[in-house]
Amino acid sequence: MLPAEHDVRRVIGDGEGTPDGEVDGLDEAALLDLYRGLVLLRTYDERSLVYHRQGRIGTYAIFWGHEAMQAGSAFALAPEDWIFPSYRESAIGLLRGMPPETVLSWWRGHPAGWWNPREFRVASIAVPIATHVPHAVGYAWGAKLKGESACAIAYFGDGATSEGAFHEGANFAAVMRAPVVLLCNNNQWAISTPLSAQTRAESLADKAVGYGMPGVRVDGGDVLAVYQATAEALERARAGEGPTFLEALTYRCAPHATADDPAAYWDAERVEEERKNECLGRYERYLRRTGVLTDALVEEVRAEALDRMRKGIQAAEALPAPDPEVVFAHAYVEPPPGVREG
Amino acid sequence: MADRTLVEAVNDALHAEMERDGAVMVMGEDVGRAGGVFRATAGLRDRFGADRCVDTPLAEAGILGTAVGLAMAGWRPVCEMQYESFSYPCLDQLITHVGRYRWRTGGTMEFPITVRMPTGGGVRAPELHEDSPEAYYVHTPGVKVAIPSTPADAKGLLAAAIRDPDPVVVLEPKVLYRSPRGEVPEGDHVVPLGRARVAREGTDVTLVAYGAMVQTCLAAADSLEAGAEVVDVRTLKPLDEETILASVAKTGRAVVVQEAPRVAGFGAEIVAVIAEKAILDLRAPVLRVTGYDVPFPYWSIEHEYLPTAERVADAARRVLEY
Repeated sequence: MLPAEHDVRRVIGDGEGTPDGEVDGLDEAALLDLYRGLVLLRTYDERSLVYHRQGRIGTYAIFWGHEAMQAGSAFALAPEDWIFPSYRESAIGLLRGMPPETVLSWWRGHPAGWWNPREFRVASIAVPIATHVPHAVGYAWGAKLKGESACAIAYFGDGATSEGAFHEGANFAAVMRAPVVLLCNNNQWAISTPLSAQTRAESLADKAVGYGMPGVRVDGGDVLAVYQATAEALERARAGEGPTFLEALTYRCAPHATADDPAAYWDAERVEEERKNECLGRYERYLRRTGVLTDALVEEVRAEALDRMRKGIQAAEALPAPDPEVVFAHAYVEPPPGVREG
Repeated sequence: MADRTLVEAVNDALHAEMERDGAVMVMGEDVGRAGGVFRATAGLRDRFGADRCVDTPLAEAGILGTAVGLAMAGWRPVCEMQYESFSYPCLDQLITHVGRYRWRTGGTMEFPITVRMPTGGGVRAPELHEDSPEAYYVHTPGVKVAIPSTPADAKGLLAAAIRDPDPVVVLEPKVLYRSPRGEVPEGDHVVPLGRARVAREGTDVTLVAYGAMVQTCLAAADSLEAGAEVVDVRTLKPLDEETILASVAKTGRAVVVQEAPRVAGFGAEIVAVIAEKAILDLRAPVLRVTGYDVPFPYWSIEHEYLPTAERVADAARRVLEY
């Protein structure tokens, strides 16, 4: 029998009673690369909210506070590994070199927001819940069948674990011993539905036991813990030991999306508390404690990220209006003759 | 040429296509060790190995969902849905992803996925083994749909579906799986998608059908004194409007036959095409003969539901006498 791991893994301490832990394989340069990724995602998210208020992008799904979960896990991937994001990880491609204007265009409803998944090894943004989990599993299984070393990672939320597609994907992953990481961003909320109304399971990682795969709980606000847990899961996957379910514990400190008003359902005090402990600040404090980060560097990294966003929105806004022909393009390689009749 | 049943022709096509292209893999419930509940995949596991003829968990959405990922990894999955009525869980993947993923990537990726399944009634099975769900599939943008009515077409259309760069659903009329037999070309045999077949020539009335209803129409045609032409649609999408319209231009009368429930069935689409593009050729209203807007009945009374040669002949007489 496979017990799920119930202790929440942490690496970063609090600078007081709880000491910092050790993390393997990250030198100073790598720690700073990870920091740049975290800042880029945070900047993307904060600027997007502003752009939305300015009417420059449409409805936007906020991921403030989830950057560590995204950057830590993505940082553990090998270049050939594939990412299968949900809409909550819409900008994760930035960590693979995708230009911000591509993701901004996606949120602007412009076809320039399409990308070739092969170019970045990032699948298209999955809007429906959990239905991309089997895609990641199929990709990983298919790569394994071809003798390739690529793994896949699927991102989804706590609500997604109630969907049948999650179950079918997880079960296939285990049966096929697919080299895949199932990363659940347990931010405690599915729009207005709290986790307690989503499941009676005490831990989402417990679900892994039923599939015959390890279930690991990690502090999703601790970028190093997420990195380490993902790296371990990938090591298992590449060794032929199959999938791992990672439950990253986070808290949604922002509305579900720009169209949502959480005043009716959320706990404002808890949100305030969680915001104080947000993931970027925790990592910055860690880097300062270890002497890696200076004020000057913080300024430089933030300015660099802001500059990328400024150029990104300018590039997105400079795009010409989409060609109406694009309505008929791409749905088929060989379109049926009646496709233009309407 | 070989004398084969329709299901043997399907099996022949799968062997030929897996031989031809090492990226083709077959997956589904009981397709490996058992060779499929209808034996459509018999022999594939022995010939091509368990990695290319995969017994999957019992999960239709999981089968099609993982097929999307397999296609992204460079495979050409051929998914078997054990029965059409059990295929409904896979509609989620079909509608939300299979039909739109290429579009979503700006045309940069292809999803050459084939979904094949038995379809239709007349086989004395329990509830939910005898539906005709083609309208659900054909209504999904990005997805093509074929339905053979002969062993030769079963082989040729399946080969075309597997080679097609777009997702294709192939519905195989299970009542025709074992009878009648027919001549099937050996080796490479492709029936291009989008070409209907005139199954019987006639000058007085056109009977349009697909799948098992082609046989019903042929029997009805034989019972009529007037000359009935039978058009076997073969591919619902892309639809060969030309062949249908050419026949209607010749006969001026048409009856469209489907086994599926009447409301919003594919027959309505064919009737609409005739109404929009051939109204001046018509000498009578176009009639439909269909299943009813009720669940497929218990098999002891299924003959009360299924369109019969008599019902088709009766509709033909009505348009002939109009």
